[in-house]
Amino acid sequence: MDKTATTPHDHDASESLAERIRQASATGTPLRIVGGDTRGFYGRPTEGEVLSTAEHRGITFYDPVELVVSVRSGTPLAELEAALAEQGQMLPFEPPRFGEASTVGGMVATGLSGPRRPWAGSVRDFVLGARVLGHEGIEQRFGGQVMKNVAGYDLSRLMVGAQGTLGLLTEVTFKVLPRPGASRSLHLDISLEEARNRLADWGREPLPISAAAWLEGALHIRLEGGPSSVAATRERLGGDELDEKFWPALRDLKLDFFGQGDASARASDRPLWRLSLPHRTASLGLADAAEASMIHDWAGAQCWVRSAIDAETLRSACRRVDGHATYLGACGGPGSDEPFTPLPSVLLKYHRNLKAELDPKGIFNPGRLYAAF
Amino acid sequence: MNILYDERLDGAAPKLDKTAIRDSLAQDVPGLTLLHREEDLHPFECDGLSVYRTLPMLVALPETLAQVEQLLKTCHRLGVPVVTRGAGTGLSGGAMPLEHGVLLVLSRFSRILEIDPEARIARVEPGVRNLAISEAASPYGLYYAPDPSSQIACSIGGNVAENAGGVHCLKYGLTVHNVIKVEVLTIEGEHMTLGSDALDAPGFDLLALFNGSEGMLGVVTEITVKLLPKPETAKVLMASFDDIEKAGNAVGSIIAAGIIPGGLEMMDNLAIRAAEDFIGAGYPVEAAAILLCELDGVEADVDDDCETVRRVLEAAGATGIQQARDDAERALFWAGRKNAFPAVGRMSPDYYCMDGTIPRRELARVLKGISDLSEQYGLRVANVFHAGDGNMHPLILFDANTPGELDEAEALGGKILELCVEVGGTITGEHGVGREKINQMCAQFRPDELATFRAAKAAFDPTGLLNPGKNIPTPARCSEFRTIKSAAADPAKQG
Repeated sequence: MDKTATTPHDHDASESLAERIRQASATGTPLRIVGGDTRGFYGRPTEGEVLSTAEHRGITFYDPVELVVSVRSGTPLAELEAALAEQGQMLPFEPPRFGEASTVGGMVATGLSGPRRPWAGSVRDFVLGARVLGHEGIEQRFGGQVMKNVAGYDLSRLMVGAQGTLGLLTEVTFKVLPRPGASRSLHLDISLEEARNRLADWGREPLPISAAAWLEGALHIRLEGGPSSVAATRERLGGDELDEKFWPALRDLKLDFFGQGDASARASDRPLWRLSLPHRTASLGLADAAEASMIHDWAGAQCWVRSAIDAETLRSACRRVDGHATYLGACGGPGSDEPFTPLPSVLLKYHRNLKAELDPKGIFNPGRLYAAF
Repeated sequence: MNILYDERLDGAAPKLDKTAIRDSLAQDVPGLTLLHREEDLHPFECDGLSVYRTLPMLVALPETLAQVEQLLKTCHRLGVPVVTRGAGTGLSGGAMPLEHGVLLVLSRFSRILEIDPEARIARVEPGVRNLAISEAASPYGLYYAPDPSSQIACSIGGNVAENAGGVHCLKYGLTVHNVIKVEVLTIEGEHMTLGSDALDAPGFDLLALFNGSEGMLGVVTEITVKLLPKPETAKVLMASFDDIEKAGNAVGSIIAAGIIPGGLEMMDNLAIRAAEDFIGAGYPVEAAAILLCELDGVEADVDDDCETVRRVLEAAGATGIQQARDDAERALFWAGRKNAFPAVGRMSPDYYCMDGTIPRRELARVLKGISDLSEQYGLRVANVFHAGDGNMHPLILFDANTPGELDEAEALGGKILELCVEVGGTITGEHGVGREKINQMCAQFRPDELATFRAAKAAFDPTGLLNPGKNIPTPARCSEFRTIKSAAADPAKQG
């Protein structure tokens, strides 16, 4: 077994986490799961005893030739990504970090991916397996450390984005990939409409585009791949050179657009919304000025809006095109009670059933996704 | 342990009155084609795992969604199990019918509803053949990436049910990575949409849960898949080795060089000879193993990568390296691999295809283990291997007409799967558990893990009417499996 050198912080705290869960189960005490506690702004606030995974740290398995890494949930994301970078590899979905303390568990629980997502895939696309402490405080293994595995239901991918409401992630195994051989970034000063047209055309060609975001009158593009194709495409697309630092700033919501500090510090008169939209969405039917003031990331599939627009107006505009809107603003803002788009009744019924089956005592992050469970 | 439905181990089957159910369905579901005569039921008695056959009670061939919805409601009300079936090409008995159940055949839902080249998606009915999607997308320069070897016949609904793979998975992913939305009918006949035309959807990732759930959580009635631009070019290198372990190491070295091939396949000598004899692909019949490495993408990058891979293969001790000169030769190289199963089938009256996945580093150990088991059971085994992602397809050669040989082949297959689990792998990479690997699930998972699977099932189908007996074994079955295993391990306990 290949593995990177252990760090002094490496520690297996699964037994004490399990004990806490058994106690909570016995007494019916709700738990608020945290890792680095940097993603609290994403979702509904949860009342409960804090259960921290921060002590449960370390990479337990890494074999670059297998393209597989297993890591405890409390491991800082930065530590994992540094270990992968040492071997010339990466998490292809480019996860955001909302602080140095951001952990692998939080990354998986929130399921957020970065600028490369439309081309490379999302967090769940790269999850191969997970260890989960269920409501009885027993560690269970789903998926595995191999690329293809269809034994049983895919519960490890189900955990991605479930915000810790179905169990406590203790370890996750990922497929990793080599870092691209070459990377170049550029920006083109073109209108939003022109950007949409060009992206639609380019999308049908095998171009090495790995990020595309339109904001403030310019389309920002990143090219990644073999040196030959990146150089040739850079030549073809023209435009001006763009500093590579733009992408992590966009990924981590650190551009000026997002304002200073985290959600709680964001002025509540202009809260932040994330819109998830089909690629081909031409327009949401909002005012032109409103659409021009958004960030259109993921070639238009993920838009960031700062606006006092009411939740229902925004959500029905998204619903019309089969998209959805998530509120990331401060508590008390227009979407803070229901940050995620409400589910249709049948879907909600099965969410509640699933929650009741996997967490019958309702101890794991109750109400974090929706008030109903 | 037999895998056929056994009420003692798999739970009591409902006591059903076939005529009464037929009457209810005929009355509730106008226009439904419902087969009930024995001679009409025979074509549906098995899927691609044809050594196991059960005659279904009734076969329903609906043509409208309203019929499917009403059929589910009626079956739910009457407590009738429903097994959903697409093209019936599955290799694990996932669509094996039940004597006490309705077989819901979705093959008439075979329309491609929409190809949207701008959004690069295709919206299709579940009975559409996998290859038909790529054919329909081809005029736009697009294709659907997952390509199981049965792609000419298998349906996309079945692909979702099994989370089907293919030879290009390492780079392009499985079905779960390429499906963005499904429409589902629950056992109660309710409609829900999982996923969306956007890149994510609110709530739990039920789309991921439904992929590979073997028709046990709901009935998928419409599927939206993403389409990819066809690579500008694809080139194939074929390398021969005098030692299978060297070939295995070469696979690791290619990936260590930072290259993710579009396809990376390995065949052992028996499989090479079978394929060559059948197809005449130009394979080196003396080689202990060959590797087929396909590199695809932008021309300039592919040329660079071909050079790198060639150097890696030479360093890994390849005895010969051949690059397909043109698309025709490339197709020929692949034809040998894609026809390896029927090719092996010509060498023996019957063969049994396994589907374990292992960490690649364990390849040499597992091949040695397979070869020892092959000797022990006196049955030949040919190895075909999705080497890039560690998915093995050992083919066990046997003759079902020789008394006891099928049982021996199954026992050998079971041992191979347990060996895969032992080295950290899994009993099924892409074919699914179905009925075939129901016993080995007891080796792969602990009782509490299996209980969690049952809990997930209960959330969607509390009365267990959708495809009962597949995928997740009962505690009774696992307890018997463990008793037999421990008896085998301890001869003193044997009677």
